[in-house]
Amino acid sequence: MRYLPLTDADRQAMLGKIGVTGIDALFAAVPKDKLLAGLLDLPKGKSELEVERVMGRLAAQNTPAGSVPFFVGAGAYKHHVPASVDHLIQRSEFLTSYTPYQPEIAQGTLQYLFEFQTQVALLTHMEVANASMYDGSTAAAEAVLMAHRLSKRRRAVLAGNLHPHYRETIQTVSRMAGDEVIVAAPAPAGGEDLDRLIDGQVSCLVVQTPDFYGHLHDLSGLAERAHAAGALLIAVCTEVVSLGAIEPPGAMGADIVVGEGQSIGNALSFGGPYVGFFATRQKYVRQMPGRLCGETVDKAGRRGFVLTLSTREQHIRREKATSNICTNSGLCVLAFTIHMSLLGEAGLRRLARRNHANAVALAELLVKVPGVELLNDTFFNEFTIRVPGTAAAIVEALAAKGVLGGVPVSRLEPDRPELADLIIVASTEVNTHEDRAAYSKALQEVLGC
Amino acid sequence: MLNRQDRPTTPGEEVVSALDTFSTNRGLSIEEGLIFEIGRSDTTGVDIEEPPAFAARLGALARREPLGLPGLSEPETMRHYVRLSQKNYGIDTGLFPLGSCTMKHNPRLNEGMARLPGFADIHPLQPLSTVPGAIALIAELARWLRELTGMAAVAMTPKAGAHGELCGMMAIKAALEARGEKRSVVLVPESAHGTNPATAALLGYRVVAVPARADGTVDPEDVKKRLSPEVAAIMLTNPNTCGLFERDVVAIAKLVHAAGAYFYADGANFNAIVGKVRPGDIGVDAMHINLHKTFSTPHGGGGPGAGPVVLSPALAAFVPLPYTVVDAGGLSYVEHAGKRALVGARGPTAARAASAGLAAEAPVQGSPAGGDAAQARPLGRLSAFHGQMGMYVRALAYMLSHGADGMRQASEDAVLNANYVRSSLADLMSAPFGAQLCMHEALFDDAWLDGTGITTLDFAKAMIDEGYHPMTVYFPLVVHGAMLIEPTESESKDSLDRFIFSLRNLAAAARAREVARFRDAPRFAPRQRLDETRAAREPRLRWTQAMARRQAAE
Repeated sequence: MRYLPLTDADRQAMLGKIGVTGIDALFAAVPKDKLLAGLLDLPKGKSELEVERVMGRLAAQNTPAGSVPFFVGAGAYKHHVPASVDHLIQRSEFLTSYTPYQPEIAQGTLQYLFEFQTQVALLTHMEVANASMYDGSTAAAEAVLMAHRLSKRRRAVLAGNLHPHYRETIQTVSRMAGDEVIVAAPAPAGGEDLDRLIDGQVSCLVVQTPDFYGHLHDLSGLAERAHAAGALLIAVCTEVVSLGAIEPPGAMGADIVVGEGQSIGNALSFGGPYVGFFATRQKYVRQMPGRLCGETVDKAGRRGFVLTLSTREQHIRREKATSNICTNSGLCVLAFTIHMSLLGEAGLRRLARRNHANAVALAELLVKVPGVELLNDTFFNEFTIRVPGTAAAIVEALAAKGVLGGVPVSRLEPDRPELADLIIVASTEVNTHEDRAAYSKALQEVLGC
Repeated sequence: MLNRQDRPTTPGEEVVSALDTFSTNRGLSIEEGLIFEIGRSDTTGVDIEEPPAFAARLGALARREPLGLPGLSEPETMRHYVRLSQKNYGIDTGLFPLGSCTMKHNPRLNEGMARLPGFADIHPLQPLSTVPGAIALIAELARWLRELTGMAAVAMTPKAGAHGELCGMMAIKAALEARGEKRSVVLVPESAHGTNPATAALLGYRVVAVPARADGTVDPEDVKKRLSPEVAAIMLTNPNTCGLFERDVVAIAKLVHAAGAYFYADGANFNAIVGKVRPGDIGVDAMHINLHKTFSTPHGGGGPGAGPVVLSPALAAFVPLPYTVVDAGGLSYVEHAGKRALVGARGPTAARAASAGLAAEAPVQGSPAGGDAAQARPLGRLSAFHGQMGMYVRALAYMLSHGADGMRQASEDAVLNANYVRSSLADLMSAPFGAQLCMHEALFDDAWLDGTGITTLDFAKAMIDEGYHPMTVYFPLVVHGAMLIEPTESESKDSLDRFIFSLRNLAAAARAREVARFRDAPRFAPRQRLDETRAAREPRLRWTQAMARRQAAE
């Protein structure tokens, strides 16, 4: 086996040194009748070549985003990632290192975590950010738990236009933890009225912007009303590139800002691994979940970084910890940080403009298709269209024509027939004029125009 | 907007007296500022064409203020992050005996496979008809996990070990509720990982500790004393965090089940027993598997991980959404309770599986026992989308590469290596539970350092100077000054011999009270010991302009 360095002679010599006669002696603590005598009913090991063959054939059954005109979003986005990002994250000192518990030999990891925390704070216009969560949805669930700790209340109100997967993740955790969740109805055309759900019992209000259907929201009014009722405003952002173009939630009064960082530096990868970000105000830092990296000095007075405030964390506080999270998204954080460093202010803003311009161009083209209606007044790189027919069938028919044209809302909301004619369409910098023309043409053909 | 005059590490500007070069660099060890100090707001390393003029649709929400983000050109970016990487220790650098973390070799084949466009460049919400290979891969990995553990079902979606614990404990809570019961207590041995009590507490359980007996394992009598109709589960790590197989695990499982409670196993130490013992055969009801430990997906400086949870027949109905089902009807996928989407009919699926070199007759996975989706009582979602696909690809590539024979051999070698290290150090260092064999990790305490003025931490830091990553220290908490050494199967005998040589010399130096060697360690790392107290007392969690000004002043 190519990954195992010991030879049979080594094994014999080592058993001799240990003072036992055979390998079975090392498993003597296992009850005899539970020790497997032979091999399990699974194939024997394969060479690299054979594994490549198997995996290559499985991969070939899937349609990569880069191979077709591609307009699928709804919480994960196809962006171009510079080649240097993947090269750097495969540096083995990054790839094969552990959580930086020995800071003297982990300054590389710690410094990029510090850079990431700062980048997230700047993007969201918040005071502090942590070193990452698993993804945007789990970050949102943790934000609700944190709001419950801070407010000492246990009722969360979720906007109807929160991503349904985020809603369900919060609902699962809340139900099992014994907390209450109130969910507003979806408003695909925008114009949700959440005010009436805020009262003195509410711990937090969870609002997404741009929302699941693409609408942009000024959160200032909601923040004021939430604060007046003693509740926190949690803002969710599933497309971090939007923060290069729109007002950040921190500037509109949000108390906690969470979201999905996949768009920067990370592949689509069928939904994971991704990188959740989590930012809040300085005064709430001791109730934050997850790891935090802080600046300090070493014995010689040189600047260095360490994991800090770990008295919040499970390995120190056990059942009194702010969260059970341990491993998070280290390498995805690195990819994010490198890509964001490459972009910088100038690049991010241009990337955001390019995304917005492409989405506007696509929306203008699609509304010309007879029967297609655009539901958005405002949007960033994603919007919702109403189609004359069943959205799922139309998306499937588009796929048969080689265009991946978006997400039918029914894929996530199957029990709401009133949403069955809606498609969420995303367009990023990867789309060309030809892609848009192909979409428009295919849609006309599918609709029989 | 960034004042580059504030760079504290600019050559020649400021020389820390402890260092002996003008630049503060030392040959290949090069100091590197933060991107906020070396970047500029008008620099970018990505060429993006400015769009032609268009009518924006941002309403009143166009961003008003600059972000303050620095940018770097590509050559600057390469140099910055390469220099940072050189301040890190990884598995490829040297022996990384971090107990409980299973720092084994990360095959690069697996990295390549995860980057195939058919896996890396597919969207979680594109039509299922365009991703049958992805669903088949999840189902196939689930089949391997079921077979390796002897369990009925797998919840694939949890994103790391602690997330898996949450999933498994939710399944237990849901199963109790389905029986009309509400229990309030979870038993956790004192030696457990901190995630265990944290998870139980998150779900509202009161944690009751179970002590270890003199030999480091849990006594069934101690469990029995704490069992009651209020106990929902025991969370037991096996092999435990002392590196010992819980020899009475079967008796403990029987007691727990007789009390109407469930047996949650922390699978962090599964690497000791793959292909040797199946958790399903010793009474486990739920166990998470850290794909980033046992199945070698890279730790990546603290993630991403993946934590699928295998479930016994008693819990198999309580899987989170989404999940795969393989039965007589073929391969299908469940994203919503009660709604199955066929991904491939039996014929084509079987043909596809066969053409890919996989077993065509895969049993039910990630689904209720018996394959009857109608019995499923899904927990709901634990996260968006389908779990950690990139990690699934790597883990399956690991499994295919090793096969049933290679994985069994790997576990045997891991246990052999740990015992070799243990027996080679036993005369110099003290073991808390006497001279007994261990599983995949060897545990020492600090009794042998008594009176030397040297602590476990000092000893660990001195290992850095010898070119090794320290072992896990001060865990498990039940052992004073614990040193937990897990060499893994990836080390050759020669590598272990050199490691043992270094540790024996260090131990001899400690016994000879060569205090300076330890108290000043590490001397040869990119940083000496860092002031963690100061970091916690005055938290500086991000770069600010004020920080730059302060450093310039210092």
